[in-house]
Amino acid sequence: MSDTNSVAIMNQVPDAAAGVRAESPLHHADLATVAHKGNKIGGVHFREVGLMGHLTLRCDPNNAELIGAAARVLGVELPLTPLSSVESGGTIVRWIAPDEWLITVPNDQSFDLETRFRAEMSGHYSLVNGSGGLTIYQVSGENVVDMLKKSTPVDLHDSEFPVGKVVSTVFAKSGAVIRRTGANEFELLVRRSFADYLWLWIQSASAEFGLVVEA
Amino acid sequence: MLHIYCPHCCEYREEEEFHVKGQAHLARPLDPEACSDKEWGEYLYFRKNPRGLHHELWVHAAGCRKFFNVTRDTVSYEIKEVYLIGEKPSVVAASVSAK
Ligand SMILES: [Zn+2]
Repeated sequence: MSDTNSVAIMNQVPDAAAGVRAESPLHHADLATVAHKGNKIGGVHFREVGLMGHLTLRCDPNNAELIGAAARVLGVELPLTPLSSVESGGTIVRWIAPDEWLITVPNDQSFDLETRFRAEMSGHYSLVNGSGGLTIYQVSGENVVDMLKKSTPVDLHDSEFPVGKVVSTVFAKSGAVIRRTGANEFELLVRRSFADYLWLWIQSASAEFGLVVEA
Repeated sequence: MLHIYCPHCCEYREEEEFHVKGQAHLARPLDPEACSDKEWGEYLYFRKNPRGLHHELWVHAAGCRKFFNVTRDTVSYEIKEVYLIGEKPSVVAASVSAK
């Protein structure tokens, strides 16, 4: 398609071979050292899953052609049910709004995925690579819900917030996309510019339960 | 604290996730150049301030970032209904519905 070719895409993954170093938003916190020296047991566990490929897809959910093309590219159907997510291999697709999804893949696959989207889809849609602006915090442990309750007004009870549910909400006067990945395991998708603040917040909010940093 | 139902997320969320964006159903004049100063000024600046039922535009700012309409009682703050953009309210003030 000619309109497809007019979109300029570039591989945003820093090229290590060319000497370009990639730093996740919490690079400065040196979590490997914190993990080595810090608590080994505690009620909250924290891990940064940095340097993933983050793609925001927007299109009309009633456009069967686009929805079908997205499913072919992703190998999995876009979740159309509000606040749901699907996972397939390393690809996670989160419902953000009726016409918006946030897709994450291992970073080395993001350029390929973007290229295939551009080849398969045409017409009125939008695909934005936000990899440089986002990071993921994995929080888990027996007190993880207690820590999250201090940070967000969303109802986290199992009956209201089952595994796989995803919500965009306020988090510690900032924002986060929260997804439940297990009974006591959540994923927080946060902005790079808030990453340090939220890392400090989570340390403070977890202090009474004991925080175990993993790297 | 209001508990507000987002018709896009299909669940109730806390008020702090939302912003109110003022009076709903404001139709922008199709041809602004053809408006008198009075018509354009009223479109831009003049808003209802009723005691009782009010139709407002809200946005789920921290959530899905979608807009929707709310019918709210400005005396009790009670939200009477939530409805999508493009839909008409079903709860309307007696003086309006009598017309
Ligand atoms: Zn919403």
